[in-house]
Amino acid sequence: MGQASQQAPGRYQLSQLDVLEAEAIFIMREVAAEFERPVLLFSGGKDSLVMLRLAEKAFWPGAIPFPVMHVDTGHNFPEVIEFRDRRVAEAGVRLVVASVQEQIDAGKVTEPTGRWASRNRLQTGALLEAIEEHGFDAAFGGARRDEEKARAKERVFSFRDEFGQWDPKNQRPELWSVFNTRIDRGEHIRVFPISNWTELDVWDYIRRERLELPSIYFSHEREVFERDGILLANSPIINRDETEVPFTETVRYRTVGDLTCTGAVKSTAVEIDDIITEIAATRVTERGQTRADDRASEAAMEDRKREGYF
Amino acid sequence: MSNDILRFATAGSVDDGKSTLIGRLLFDSKSIFEDQLDAVERTSVARGEEQTNLALLTDGLRAEREQGITIDVAYRYFATPNRTFIIADTPGHIQYTRNMVTGASTSDLAIILVDARKGLQEQSRRHAFLTTLLQVPHLVLAINKMDLVDYSQERFDEIKAEFTDFASKLDTRDLTFVPISALHGDNVVSRSENMPWYTGPSLLHHLENVHIASDRNLIDARFPVQYVIRPHKSADPELHDYRGYAGQLAGGVLKPGDEVTHLPSGLNTRIARIVTADGDVAEAYSPMSVTLLLEDDIDISRGDMICRPHNAPEVTQDLEAMVCWMTDARKLTPRSKLLLKHTTRSAKVMVRDLRYRLDVNTLHRDERAEHLELNEIGRVRLRSTQPLFVDEYTKNRQTGGFILIDESTNATVGAGMVVRTD
Repeated sequence: MGQASQQAPGRYQLSQLDVLEAEAIFIMREVAAEFERPVLLFSGGKDSLVMLRLAEKAFWPGAIPFPVMHVDTGHNFPEVIEFRDRRVAEAGVRLVVASVQEQIDAGKVTEPTGRWASRNRLQTGALLEAIEEHGFDAAFGGARRDEEKARAKERVFSFRDEFGQWDPKNQRPELWSVFNTRIDRGEHIRVFPISNWTELDVWDYIRRERLELPSIYFSHEREVFERDGILLANSPIINRDETEVPFTETVRYRTVGDLTCTGAVKSTAVEIDDIITEIAATRVTERGQTRADDRASEAAMEDRKREGYF
Repeated sequence: MSNDILRFATAGSVDDGKSTLIGRLLFDSKSIFEDQLDAVERTSVARGEEQTNLALLTDGLRAEREQGITIDVAYRYFATPNRTFIIADTPGHIQYTRNMVTGASTSDLAIILVDARKGLQEQSRRHAFLTTLLQVPHLVLAINKMDLVDYSQERFDEIKAEFTDFASKLDTRDLTFVPISALHGDNVVSRSENMPWYTGPSLLHHLENVHIASDRNLIDARFPVQYVIRPHKSADPELHDYRGYAGQLAGGVLKPGDEVTHLPSGLNTRIARIVTADGDVAEAYSPMSVTLLLEDDIDISRGDMICRPHNAPEVTQDLEAMVCWMTDARKLTPRSKLLLKHTTRSAKVMVRDLRYRLDVNTLHRDERAEHLELNEIGRVRLRSTQPLFVDEYTKNRQTGGFILIDESTNATVGAGMVVRTD
């Protein structure tokens, strides 16, 4: 185990990060043992980087026995895509890209228009089609229960029917660490090994494991504009109106997602330690501060999850 | 970070002040964020409620908010400088017994809320029974709304005596009583000046300090084999014959050099190395996820068990277990055929008979019962198609607990706790 176990309080006692890591590794091995074609959803964001590290640990010294998949809206931060490719090559895993752009080009979905246009919701279609096309029967996600109130209710092994839908009122009871992995053809399970981690746990783990991150997580100067209290990057792919005047600000990203709906936060944090100090003191949740997509309604996340979203 | 984690379940209905208590623990530990509170306040105002309804923080599903009830287990997280807490917030009504069983299955501690005005209710007894059935090691009876009984010591003592009497029939290992007012914060985070007669710790102080390290079984070594790691890297001769058995310890301590027994073969060998990605370790204990390398080449696969030669679980095809039935789609009846999953092993089982159904409110045993319905609990005998490696649930929650799956729907339909083997 990592450095933390040396600081653990007593004999035969693990630190909280060691307990969370052991639980996540158990979950990943359970999936590798019981499913035929798992895949790990990988965006290059901090949670998915933690997931990739856990997968490396779970099967070491063997290789990770499943590919990773990025659901690509085409509206990415270039720094993140560059980082994604480098990290995937380093891990020696195969990268599958489920492209929203290709879905639009093929006429399967329509590009949203207007001021609030975002491809965020289109990710669901690309994700489900890729799952079907590749015959994936389990998809690991890096969602955490502390992120959002609908996620707080979701199982670690979350069943999806043949349409990829989540039925929150009809979830399988989950007891001890005995997970029901049975599905019929065409159905799949979303698996969330870091369900019980908090945002702070993720950052503590990144520090402990010395994980490298895309540069946009650290403070930098960027041209941004403000919309509905969120600082969005000034980019040709966002429809800005004349009242939304861009300005230069010292910011960093607390989450990494689609560029059109992920907000930056003002920050001078240049090191992991600075970020951890900042997170420990913040009074706003990461999704509340940075995700425009959750503001559509009180049940925005639940509604998207029902349709098959992450 | 040298924190450890305490997982606890809260039981009680909204009327008992459960949501208020959780809200206060989260609020006073600064775990409620401004945007979450804003959202709850907006919704409370929109519904015309007089006070901010903290239950909205935990009731995350649309249906729950619409109906004003908790349907499912919600998990909440908070931390103090001493400990990290995972709360399994479980609904209180009898129709959600299965949810409470689910929440309790992983908990180190359970808080049962009692309204000081009403005293022990049928549901308080049921919650206490389920907590002990699931072998939650620590139980706290939080006697709430003390402000509404003038902070009366007499009332507190009365409820305490009544519960102590009831608990003597149960297998409770550690029982603590705390008089609180969740609404006003008395004895929740800090000791209350309104109850000078109470000399015990505040609820949070108890949660921060209750000793849980010895709750794990560190005597009986149990290693269910989960996954076999065989890296095929022809370039690396060291890995050529590598055969590692990956899994999470379910009990005991294992060290390199230890003599171990493999089940079902009964063959003995020694542990050569205990491997993790961060290097070999000198000992492994629960809940570590490790990989064992053994000295001898034995045919071992997922679902097998590694233990110590003179301390093995029962190897049996016949189980007697307390089963909580979790579906309304079918009943548990004698001759029901189901799939059982226990540690990393799955096997088909048949229900031989239902010994009795337990009334979870009165603990009365109905030996004439012919089936179990949703949320009912009974003692059941099962016959498995292949050997299982089990311990009594009271000895080890991991190797004594199992789930039952309906093979036609793939639903999880029951949870079982091994009582004895024969």
